[in-house]
Amino acid sequence: MTKRQKEQALLLSKNEIAPGIFDIRLHTERIAGAARAGQFVALYCKDESRLLPRPISICEIDRKEHAIRLVFRVAGKGTEEFSRMEAGMRIDVMGPLGNGFSKKKETALLVGGGIGIPPMLALAQELECEKQIVLGYRDALFLQREFEAYGTVSIATEDGSAGTKGTVLDVIQNKRLHAQTLYACGPLPMLRALKQYAAEQGIECQVSLEERMACGIGACLGCVCKSKEIDAHTNVNNKRICKEGPVFAAEEVEF
Amino acid sequence: MSSMRISLAGVTLKSPVMTASGTFGSGEEFSEFVDLNRLGAVVTKGVANVPWEGNPTPRVAEVCGGMLNAIGLQNPGIDLFIRRDIPFLKQYDTRIIVNVCGRSVADYCEVAERLSDQPVDLLEMNISCPNVKEGGIAFGQNPKSVEEITKEVKRHAAQPVIMKLSPNVTDITETARAAEAGGADALSLINTLTGMKIDVHTRRFALANRTGGLSGPAIHPIAVRMVYQTARAVKLPIIGMGGIQTAEDAIEMMLAGATAVSVGTANFQNPAAVIAVTEGMEAYLIEHGIAEVSELTGAVE
Repeated sequence: MTKRQKEQALLLSKNEIAPGIFDIRLHTERIAGAARAGQFVALYCKDESRLLPRPISICEIDRKEHAIRLVFRVAGKGTEEFSRMEAGMRIDVMGPLGNGFSKKKETALLVGGGIGIPPMLALAQELECEKQIVLGYRDALFLQREFEAYGTVSIATEDGSAGTKGTVLDVIQNKRLHAQTLYACGPLPMLRALKQYAAEQGIECQVSLEERMACGIGACLGCVCKSKEIDAHTNVNNKRICKEGPVFAAEEVEF
Repeated sequence: MSSMRISLAGVTLKSPVMTASGTFGSGEEFSEFVDLNRLGAVVTKGVANVPWEGNPTPRVAEVCGGMLNAIGLQNPGIDLFIRRDIPFLKQYDTRIIVNVCGRSVADYCEVAERLSDQPVDLLEMNISCPNVKEGGIAFGQNPKSVEEITKEVKRHAAQPVIMKLSPNVTDITETARAAEAGGADALSLINTLTGMKIDVHTRRFALANRTGGLSGPAIHPIAVRMVYQTARAVKLPIIGMGGIQTAEDAIEMMLAGATAVSVGTANFQNPAAVIAVTEGMEAYLIEHGIAEVSELTGAVE
């Protein structure tokens, strides 16, 4: 397991790529070199009244330039603070955290929903197999163009403003998309539907979960999910999302 | 040269700085960020006689200057703890304080007994967790039951016993005196204050448990006040905790009457917070020409 680091990263750039969705690049000393797709980092607020680091998935890893890219939605005061940062500023970051996706060699179906889309870009870049990519949005699109370099991209929107009107599962079923492995990150209803679909189709399914976190490193037991089997570390039917996850084989967790 | 060494219930600690139970696991995760050899003690997350699953999620929520948690004392049970966590901690030159939780007096006694032949230095009885329905705080709010459980645990424990007190009482000196009467060797205070957070947009509770324990800098002045009151009410040594983030906070707690201090929620904001507190205290002693850190205990004027 790669060693986690806490360091002061340099903000290289910031853009608002959709309403309330921010795209930042951070220069890190060691995190970029150690990270892989599906892992996340914890960002610390400058305002000390906000104690807890914010877990944010890694969208791109630039090992050559020692940079990571994060795309996040402003969801509260912490992410609002990050969205107001400007290039040249420094921010405390800990990472890489969590396990990341287990990359398989056969055909892949990558499914991202909403703010679950960003980590799928890093995965699309790292997977060397043939890829079908399905992205689900409520309305405004982001990152969809960048996925086109890595596979065939299909889009679903809730309001029908782009692609198929409906869910990512509607797209998968309408287009009869099939692959050996399904990788997914997004809202729970989406992940539940995909888990069921994958089970019916006999497809391996990896899901990336999220939960409110405190320590981010597996000590506080704040961010657990229910597991089918007794977990070796916790000795109960709970797995730590920040440590054993955030990526799990869909059938081993209940959500 | 100033000394950070202290004596706590007959046990010598190289430093008064330790971790607060529940914020540091059994040290393994934080050992990547902290040299555990520098700590006075590692206080483990609460362990019961059998594994506990804890509460549903969300279990944590941030509030201004603090956080709420309702983990519900999830723990792997004493068997795995003895097999895995104690050997891990034994690799380090630090004291081991095991926090013990239970649903009944018998549960606490069973864990104390199981630990009696283990290389553990002190036991801390968590009779003040606000997040479990049975046990925990149920024992900690009533002076009579505090005295009883202390007495019972003392009969089964081989190591000195620290009783961890709840701040969710009208007068903490009453439960402190009860623990003393029951034969406690030391006191830990304060545990978290029961709080609640509601999301106004979804109209839902932030925590699945609805209520949770408030910790962090928001509670520090309350902790200082309670340590001060308790230090004047009992003769027992006190481990002071509650919102300690910096060396100044720790020194303040000692001036109020604490013999040692625990760093808790600050570990989440800075995984090396215990080291920052330790180094800041060392610098303070040198700067003020203080020979022994223990001179600070109760030295408020």
